[in-house]
Formats: sequence, C-alpha cells, structure tokens
Amino acid sequence: MTIKVSMKVNGKPVSADVEARTLLVTYIRENLRLTGTHVGCDTAQCGACTVLMNGRAIKSCSIVAMQAEGADIMTIEGVAKPDGTLHPMQQAFKENHGLQCGFCTPGMVMNALDFAKSHPNPTEQEVREALEGNLCRCTGYHNIVKSIMAGARAMGGKI
Amino acid sequence: MNAPLIGARIQRKEDYRFLTGTGVYTDDVALPNQTYAAFVRSPHAHAKIKTIIADAAKRHKGVLAVYTGEDLATAKVGGLPCGWLITDVNGKPMKEPPYPPLAQGKVRHVGERVAVVIAETLEQARDAAESIEVDYDVLPAVVEARKARSAQAIHDIAPDNTCYVWALGDKNAVDAAFAKAAHVTKLEFVNNRLVPNAIEPRAANATYSRAEDSYTLYVASQNPHVERLLMTAFVLGLPETKVRVVAPDVGGGFGSKIYLYGEDVVVTWAAKKLNRPVKWTSDRSEAYLSDAHGRDHFTVAELALDRDGKFLAMRVKTTANLGAYLSTFASCIPTILYATLLAGQYTTPQIYCEVTAVFTNTTPVDAYRGAGRPEATYVVERLVETAAREMKLDPIELRRRNFIREFPYQTPVALCYDTGNYEATLESALKLADVSGFQKRKEDSARRGKLRGIGYACYIEACGIAPSNVAGSLGARAGLFEAGEIRVHPTGTVTVFTGSHQHGQGHETTFAQVVADRLGLPIEAVDIVHGDTSKVLFGMGTYGSRSIAVGGTAIVKALDKIVAKGKKIAAHLLEASESDIEYDRGEFKVAGTDRKKTFGEVAFAAYVPHNYPLEKLEPGLNENAFYDPTNFTFPAGTYVCEVEVDKDTGATQIAAFTAVDDFGKVINPMIVEGQVHGGLTQGIGQALTEGCRYESSGQLVTGSFMDYCIPRSSDVPLFKLDLCETPCTHNPLGVKGCGEAGAIGAPAAVINAITDALGVKDVSMPATAQTVWKHLQERSHARI
Repeated sequence: MTIKVSMKVNGKPVSADVEARTLLVTYIRENLRLTGTHVGCDTAQCGACTVLMNGRAIKSCSIVAMQAEGADIMTIEGVAKPDGTLHPMQQAFKENHGLQCGFCTPGMVMNALDFAKSHPNPTEQEVREALEGNLCRCTGYHNIVKSIMAGARAMGGKI
Repeated sequence: MNAPLIGARIQRKEDYRFLTGTGVYTDDVALPNQTYAAFVRSPHAHAKIKTIIADAAKRHKGVLAVYTGEDLATAKVGGLPCGWLITDVNGKPMKEPPYPPLAQGKVRHVGERVAVVIAETLEQARDAAESIEVDYDVLPAVVEARKARSAQAIHDIAPDNTCYVWALGDKNAVDAAFAKAAHVTKLEFVNNRLVPNAIEPRAANATYSRAEDSYTLYVASQNPHVERLLMTAFVLGLPETKVRVVAPDVGGGFGSKIYLYGEDVVVTWAAKKLNRPVKWTSDRSEAYLSDAHGRDHFTVAELALDRDGKFLAMRVKTTANLGAYLSTFASCIPTILYATLLAGQYTTPQIYCEVTAVFTNTTPVDAYRGAGRPEATYVVERLVETAAREMKLDPIELRRRNFIREFPYQTPVALCYDTGNYEATLESALKLADVSGFQKRKEDSARRGKLRGIGYACYIEACGIAPSNVAGSLGARAGLFEAGEIRVHPTGTVTVFTGSHQHGQGHETTFAQVVADRLGLPIEAVDIVHGDTSKVLFGMGTYGSRSIAVGGTAIVKALDKIVAKGKKIAAHLLEASESDIEYDRGEFKVAGTDRKKTFGEVAFAAYVPHNYPLEKLEPGLNENAFYDPTNFTFPAGTYVCEVEVDKDTGATQIAAFTAVDDFGKVINPMIVEGQVHGGLTQGIGQALTEGCRYESSGQLVTGSFMDYCIPRSSDVPLFKLDLCETPCTHNPLGVKGCGEAGAIGAPAAVINAITDALGVKDVSMPATAQTVWKHLQERSHARI
C-alpha cells in the first residue's frame, strides 16, 4: 500500500507516494537523497539518524514517514547558512575536534541544536546526560562534550 | 615565510563535509539501475544444510535472483583466503579450512551467509529472503575455546578443532628460572570477546560494465588495494586491471573493515551475472553476527621474581578462539602480534608463550583495535601489579626496578626496541594524575560511601608491522610497505596520493601538514587523495597504527625525489651548479647568494619546459615512492586510572583517567589526542561494559546495542593527557603511530584500579555492576 506524504524539509515543501511502512529516515535518505542523515543501528540506540521535527530532536528511524505528515523537518543539510557558512554549533565541533570518522556527527549536531536551545550555558554533566541517545565509537565523547558546551554558548539559546 | 606545520594544532580539512552531511559513505552511493541484496543467514551455530527451497522467493515481486553456495561453487568462485600462514610447534602448517563466501553443505556459526536474494528494492529483497526455507540437520555446537578440542569437529581437516599450537621462547630456560624464583605470581583470566562496532555498518555496492568488461566495487574498507588483491587473485580469478575498488568515506573501522568478507565477493560476482549494480548494507544486527570479532583469549600467566622484585621469567599459556573460519589475518593476531609483546617495558630475561588456536561455532575473530597487543599488555600489567601487591612492594617502584633503560634493546621474544624512555612517561603520568593526593581522595570517597582504587598500566605496542621479508619468513603472505605519490601541478599546488586509508584518523590534514611543512607551502596548496585503486598507485591500507610511520614515510621519500628533481631544474634556471642549490621553505636558492626560484616557478618550468634541460631531464614534476620499514615502531606510555565503586550496587565509575604517551614526533597534537580519547574509551569499554555472551547452543545473546554495551558519554570522564617525545630512530619523521595505544593500555589500568578498590586479586572483564557486586558480597560474607 502506498500513501502520499507531504512535509517541509529544510524549508522546502516535499511530497511523495511511499509504502506505508517507509521509515522517515528511509524517506529522507532514499527518496529525498539527503544522505547526511545516517543509519547506524536497528534498535533506536545510536542516534545517527537524529533530525529536528518541528524543532525537536527525534530519531528518524523510529517513526514512519507518514507520522511526519505536515511537519517541519530539519536535517544536517539544512543547518549551515545558504552561503555555506557553518552554524555556530558546527563550527564548535570543528574547532574542538568533535568528530573523527564523521558518521555519528550529523546526529550529534542535530541533538545538540535542540539541547542548546534550552541550555545556553550547559555543564559537562548536562551535556553527557543529553548525549545518552547518541553513540560515538571514535572520539570517546571528550571533544564532543567540549564542542557542545562551546557551541551552546555561541548559540545563546537560539538555533 | 610559513610557520612550521609539523606539531601544529591545525583544524581538519575533512570536517566541513562531515559537518554538513555531504560526506559520501558507501551506502550513500546510488547507481543507475541499482539493485539491492539481502542475505539469508544461518539461525544455527552448527548444522548440515539439507535443502534450500527458494521457489517462493524467486517468484516474489521484484526479485531478480537468488544464489546459494552451490551457484558460487559451480561458477568456480573461490574461498576467502587467510593472509598469514602460522607454522606450528611441530613445523607443520596451520589447518586452513575452506571458507566459502556462501555456505556449502554446512553452516558453522549463527549468522553465516547461506543465500542471497537480489531485488529491485531492499524491502523486496528482505521480504523474499524471509520466504526462503532452509532445512537444517542441527549438530552439537561449541562456543568456548577451552571446550573446543573435545567437541565435535567443525571442519573435516581439523578433527580436534585445533588450527595450530604455536610457541615462542625458550621453555627450558623459563622453567629453570621459575625453579629458582623467590616469588611466583599466577593469574588465570579470559580476555573478553569484543565486537568492533564502527558506527557505520559495513556496506558494499558493486557495478559491472560490459563495455569495458570491468567491475567497480564501492566498499567500506580500510584497505581497498588489499581488498582488490585478495578478491581478484584468490577468489574471483580476475586481473586487477578489471576491478576498481573504492573505499569512499568510511565511518570507523577499528580493524573490522580490513578483511575481505563474503558479502563483498557476492555482490561483485552478482553485478556481472545481473549486469546491474548490486548493493548490500549491513544492519546492526547483521554486524554483530558477521563483522569479525576481537580478542577472546583464555590465559594462564605466571611471573617469576627474585627476592628484590627483579623479573626472572614469564610463562604464558593461551587458548585463542578463532571462531568458525579463518578471517583474513586471524592467525597472526594471537601469535605474531601477541607473544612478541610480552616483554612490555621490562627486562624480563626469559619469556615462553604457547598458544593453542581453536575453531568454535562462533563468528570469526580477527584484529580489533590493538590486535594482540591489548591482550599482551593485559597479561603483563595485571601480572606486574598483582606481583607488587603480593610482595608488598609499591607497584611503581616494582616497575622502575625492571624498566628497560638502554636502547636498542633486544627482547627475548623477537622484537628489538629502537628507542624509548619509560621513566619519562611514568614520571609525567604520576604528576599529572596527582598520585600523591590519592590517599586523600580515597578518604573523601569513603566518606561518601564509595570505594576508590588506583591502577597503573605501562604499555608498549609495536606499530607499522615490518619489514616485509622478516614478516614473510614468519608466514605473512602480503607485503607490509606503503606507497605514496606526489603530483606537483604546473602552478605549484600539490596532490598527494597515499595508500593509507582514513576512516576517522584525519590523514587529509596530517599528511597535508607533513607535505606543506616540508615544501614550505601553505596547507591549502596540498590535497590528499586516498581510497581508490584507480587513482592511488598501490597501498596496503590502514591498520596497526601504521599510517604515519609507514604511509607518511612513503610520502616523505617521494617528497625527497621531488626536491631532488626541483634542484636540477632550479640549477638550470639559475645557471648554477646543482650541488650549490639548497631548498628552503618554498624556495630553491643558490647557496650563499640571494638568487632563488620559488617552488611554483620551478613547477611551472617543469610543465612549460621552454627554458629547461630537456636533453638530460624529463619534463613534469611527479614522483612516487614505496617504503618498507626496517623495524616496527614502539610507542609506549603510562596510564593511571582511578575508579569509584558504589558499595551497594557495584557500579564502577571512572573517577579520573590520565594517559601519558610517547608517540615519538607528533604532527598534529589535536588529532593525536582525539585518537587517544577514542582508544581509551574502547579500552574502558572492554574493561567495564563490553563482552560477547554466547548461549551454549551458539546463539549470540549480546546481539544489539541494547545487549552489548559500548560506552556512552556518561561512562567516561574528561581525560587528562600529556605527550612525551622520544623520536623513532628509523624513519625520517621520527614518528611512531598513535591509533591503538588507548585501547591497549586502558583495560589493565582499569582492572588494576578495581581490584585495588575491592582488595581482591582479580575481577573478570567486563567488570559490570553485577560482577563487581558479587565480589562485594563475597567480601562482606568473608567479614561475617
């Protein structure tokens, strides 16, 4: 059974006929070819697929596309300015070497964006708690924690 | 003039694409007419395959083909080769059973590939795969290495499930030393089986061109040239010229993406059969069952000491679990990369190690970050710490009494350490960790109802395995050199082609720093290309912390040739003698004068050779080099771990972790620190949270991120790091490598700290809350 889904992704209206079981992450990756959103597990643990849905960080592997009907989705491709300038959170990851292989990075950044809205000056402990749902195998989290603390300060509570 | 780039904290050139979602990993590659593969995997650990009924699958909507092991056998597709031949104690070759890419007649571990379905969409392939009926005759399985020798044979050629019994060292001399020892410390432990768990799952996407009769395979690999060599020469019988292997952005490897896997072979072979691109991407559940695992040793280890605590000898007996088949480099991990490291940082005069490697009905085991060296360090550093406690000596003092202090140092286990300064890393670590303040912190913890412990590990590792001819004499079936090419463009910008592969290590930055520094160019003028057999001349890839020491040196050798040719061109342009030309940070100068030509001017002259010595010099400025190291490099360091154990729950927190490493010359300290952070966290994971559990029937119980716990951010602290610099003596950069150190040194430091906190001799890894809680219960019962 196919079903029509329509939503806004990175500010652009999109719609497609998809199988009802199509996960949001599959729709984003395969239909929209926005391959910055990654799939690192099949149990909603790793967080590599994190996107913003109506401003909230969600794991896009955990809902089907039609649950995002009418929603406003932001993926990693929509974070930098249109001229390519990095967002302050992305810049903080770069300056603090908060990424290595880059695979978990989009999910980390998307989660951090949501977190930083309500935590403009977070403690190390707060950041570590916020990262409970995002796995990284490269960095030991050390520089991710530093990146998010710095990025949140730079954002001043606003995406 | 440009500031020196070697040693600078340069931000990474590769970050932008990863931060904006524009990196291209294998699963991101979508080819025209793409098809998708799903594998049918064995649900049993050991069984005969009676029949495979695929009629319904073949009729399923969108299905293009179903293939089984029989189809591959008919097509004469070969088995997966092993790259290292170990010769056993009797001078006989190891048992090398066939390893078909799809099972033939029998399955030997849960998750083994039995059939593949290829369809128009992934969903169709998966749905059809579900409908395949395989009739199995289930056989008894064995999962534990210690029980393997008496279990039912897994392979006909190894009736006692033994691949080899191998030994290193002088057994008689070791026995004699033990006979006169004042003290003997003995430990018996399991080095737990781990799953590498790169966050990007493995993936392969192959396409075939009838027009050119050639294949292109995109694959998440750490070494695309090795993948091509193994696949063409040993499995598919194709010339290398007809197969291009591209390893694009790769999301972590940690060893698991070194090997040639059956999935890679099957999609490549099927791409020609179907004349369409075939893609397979592992999901995490498949990864747990099919990525090569790491470690899994059972070891009995003894250390003999004299009354002053001088080490007299070490005796180690290990049973290594190789899993159901020989993965690509499986055989050399528990031997060549393990027993040779048992001297550690110490002058132990006699060492004997015997390794029995067995087959079991489990996923194949191969190199995982550290590969043999973490297991060796765990043996040495657990023994040393335990000996100190038993002899009531300060563990630091005991280590100092036995440190190697003169170099080069020939160990009794084959390696010759070129250089080191173990006192320096130890001293720095003790200060940075504020060891003198530990007692006070312990009291503070006690007031909060927590048990605090401190543990040390002084590790050594051997990086950049080499030289090729020595490795060859020990059984290596591949070379261990690296290749590099410097292509200078007419305007003086530089493209560097390297056989090293990056999957998180930051080579695009580090290697560019080396080249830009040596040539005196801005880093923006240098780009690094890697990971594509059609672009890079050759390569052995990235593993064993070899990239900077071997790959970096190949680049430097090519650079030397560029400068040498540049001097000839400059001499002509400046009408000077070649021997008077000096190269200094971007300029060719006539010594002692102000006459000079910039690097760009010389490059331009090479490509627009109007004023050029064409009669004796070829135009162009492009050089390559192959570098085969003369020895391993030997990074070393001291790690200090402090833990706090909750007396009620057994939960252990890493209260502080200090790591002081000596990686020789460091190119980019920011990147090196990042490598240490990641390595330490994997080592802490092994010690505290990670470990495979197999049910006795051979089912992997820990088969997802929900059952197998890789560290989360709350499991680790901010690390305290420092670096000491004792340059390697046998490569031009003085570099040693840094990728694995953390994973090598951390487990022993953590367990030494927990045993200190609990006041017990040993705690098995992973020291989960449950494991520690049991020790606490025994302790409190003992008090009653």
